[in-house]
Amino acid sequence: MTASWRRSTVAAVLAGLAWAGPAWARGPQTAGTAETVGIDLEALMFYLLGGLAAACAVGCVMSSRVVRMALFLFGALGAVAGLYLLLHANFLAAVQLIVYAGGTLVVIIFGIMLSSASAAARYQARPAEKAAGAVVGLLLLAGLVTAVGRIDWSGRIAAVPSAPTVLEFGRALLTTYLVPFELSSVLLLAVMIGAAWLAGSGRR
Amino acid sequence: MTEFTAQDAIRPRWSPALRARAVRRFMFAGLIIMIGTGVAAVCLELLGRSLSPLWLTVGIVLPSLLAFGALFVVFAITSHALLGRLLRRLAFVLFLGSLAGIAGAAWGASLLFGLVDRILAARPDPIAQTIFGGELTTDEIVLFFAASPDDPRGLEAPPALEVVAYLLWPFQFRILRDLILAFVILGFVSVTASFAIWWERKVAGRIQSRLGPMRVGGWHGWAQGIADGLKLVQKEDIIPGRADGPVFRLAPYLVFIPVLTAFLALPFSDRWVLRDLEVGLVLVLGLLGIDVIGVILAGWASHNKWSMYGAMRVAAQMVSYEVPMGMALLLPVMAAGTLRPGAIGALQDGGFHTWLAFSSPFLFAAAGVYFVASLAACKRAPFDLPEAESELTGGFHTEYSGFRWAVFFFGEYAAMFVVCGLAVLLFLGAWHSPLPASWGESLAGGSWWQRGLYALLFSGPAWFIAKTYALLFVHIWLRWTLPRIRIDQVMYACVQVMLPMTMLLLLGQMLWQLLVPPDGPAARVANVVCTLAGAAVVAAFVGTAAWGLLHRRRLVGPLAVDHLPGS
Repeated sequence: MTASWRRSTVAAVLAGLAWAGPAWARGPQTAGTAETVGIDLEALMFYLLGGLAAACAVGCVMSSRVVRMALFLFGALGAVAGLYLLLHANFLAAVQLIVYAGGTLVVIIFGIMLSSASAAARYQARPAEKAAGAVVGLLLLAGLVTAVGRIDWSGRIAAVPSAPTVLEFGRALLTTYLVPFELSSVLLLAVMIGAAWLAGSGRR
Repeated sequence: MTEFTAQDAIRPRWSPALRARAVRRFMFAGLIIMIGTGVAAVCLELLGRSLSPLWLTVGIVLPSLLAFGALFVVFAITSHALLGRLLRRLAFVLFLGSLAGIAGAAWGASLLFGLVDRILAARPDPIAQTIFGGELTTDEIVLFFAASPDDPRGLEAPPALEVVAYLLWPFQFRILRDLILAFVILGFVSVTASFAIWWERKVAGRIQSRLGPMRVGGWHGWAQGIADGLKLVQKEDIIPGRADGPVFRLAPYLVFIPVLTAFLALPFSDRWVLRDLEVGLVLVLGLLGIDVIGVILAGWASHNKWSMYGAMRVAAQMVSYEVPMGMALLLPVMAAGTLRPGAIGALQDGGFHTWLAFSSPFLFAAAGVYFVASLAACKRAPFDLPEAESELTGGFHTEYSGFRWAVFFFGEYAAMFVVCGLAVLLFLGAWHSPLPASWGESLAGGSWWQRGLYALLFSGPAWFIAKTYALLFVHIWLRWTLPRIRIDQVMYACVQVMLPMTMLLLLGQMLWQLLVPPDGPAARVANVVCTLAGAAVVAAFVGTAAWGLLHRRRLVGPLAVDHLPGS
């Protein structure tokens, strides 16, 4: 990062702290009812992790160096795992770390290393690609905002009683969700057979 | 980049005299704050009002502590030669004292947190709220200590109690407690890594018929790890010109931080665990898998072909050995029925024969498979191709020098501790001694020395740490005994030997659990046989190590002449 990026990052962090700090210090005010107004630690962590995920996603898209893109993707995946932890989905967060950050991302980096000619490989999108991406992104944003804005949030937010245990997960996977479980295992088997065939003598 | 001119050679930039001057100014600033606060207090007293205790704490107590600290630092800097001689004579005592201090700090921190919890529970009026969302005010703390039957509102409390209240007030927040515990873990990891570095060099020396470090610190070079750390910290920061700067700088921390985070879920005892998570084992596995990214990026960002080869080998090796390691971990999870580390540890409290490694032949084999796979996942010999010095001039860490290299090796020793700790937790009885815990039940709830005796004899964190260090010793032993195997042999061993073996073990354990009744004769015979086999293995290791210790002055090969003195 150049000095101007560093300065703007530091300025953004300080501005965020200045905005959120007094609200955090005030604490959740119980204004007579059961509603909490203000920011508590959970909300603060949500803003931090969500901001980190968004910033890493933006960095991944806007960066031109391929290895930096992979690092930003790692940051985004880690932030999403943190958001899962905030939602009390501990198992999902751990699986996200194992499968995405520790598996998929390693394969992506491996692919980058094997296919780029040099360490400083860059990828510059053409203007037409950027325009098409912007149009699709704006459409997606409009659709998401409309859909989320139409939901009636009152009465839908309940406190999570406790995180579901791994036992309940296992039971659900083998009873209610048995068909998708078996289908995904068949899909993984097909992937492994294809990979073995591609890497083996079938290609020659 | 700063240019080094002739002026820099002549003018010392940060000499001892400059440092002493800076610290003296810091100390004077503290003294001025103290005097100013005292003057303000006197003026306000004269005006009829009093200074709030908060300002007294901030204005007098803290600066006085800082000023005394600064005074000591000035003394240390200006008379460093004298202090150096004094420290060298006291060094071992200081080191033991700091070890005891860390243990005492961990224990004292838990006592402090318990005290604040009791104050929180004993409040008469729990509705008041303070800043940052806390629920304990300093008035309530003072009330807890000062309230007595004839003074129910605590008005006779000495003003010192207010200062104590202000010092205790921050500890009600979980986040501060977790920060303190994170620092305790960082301290433990640092001590473990320094000790493991010294131990590795001593064991390497003895196996190679030489002595290892003998001078640094006096007795058998015990301070070698600390001295190496200090040397590495003050080295020049060299980054290759065409290396990818930010990625190069970030990579060592990508290796170290996930391993530190794995200590969150690693239990040292049923009470000494940061968070006994329901999915603790899966989280530790995932965090160990993230290590790979840091190593690959380190090799990539160095812009050096040897580093690239090391990174490619590491990507293949670490990622592929995670599969047999994870699947071998599944066997004790199947036997215990839970992923929670605390529950798995609590299962093994009935003595040596209840350790999970001895409860079925498949679990016994899985312990061996897990140990070998964890050797590969830590990049330890015989699987240490990624850092093979004789082939790759250092592999992925060729271009790293100074403190960054030290961070890599701290991460490696911390990862060794985590995987050995997992093996102990899942297979070797966690924090329980070979004696059944029921024999010491009368001690478990007694006074503090009775509980200490219980922890020492039956079930406590000392056993967990001792067993993990024993497995660390086996790691070091294997590194200096076995030759390195080639990368194609590494991949063959993983995919064509260990993976099918692990799958067969999983199948076998599943059938064993479904078909063999746990109290029947078959299970008991298997338990006895595995326990005897396990006892034989432990006895063989301990016996061989003891023989090596007793005969450590014996030369090897044709030089060994048994009737000469010293043999």
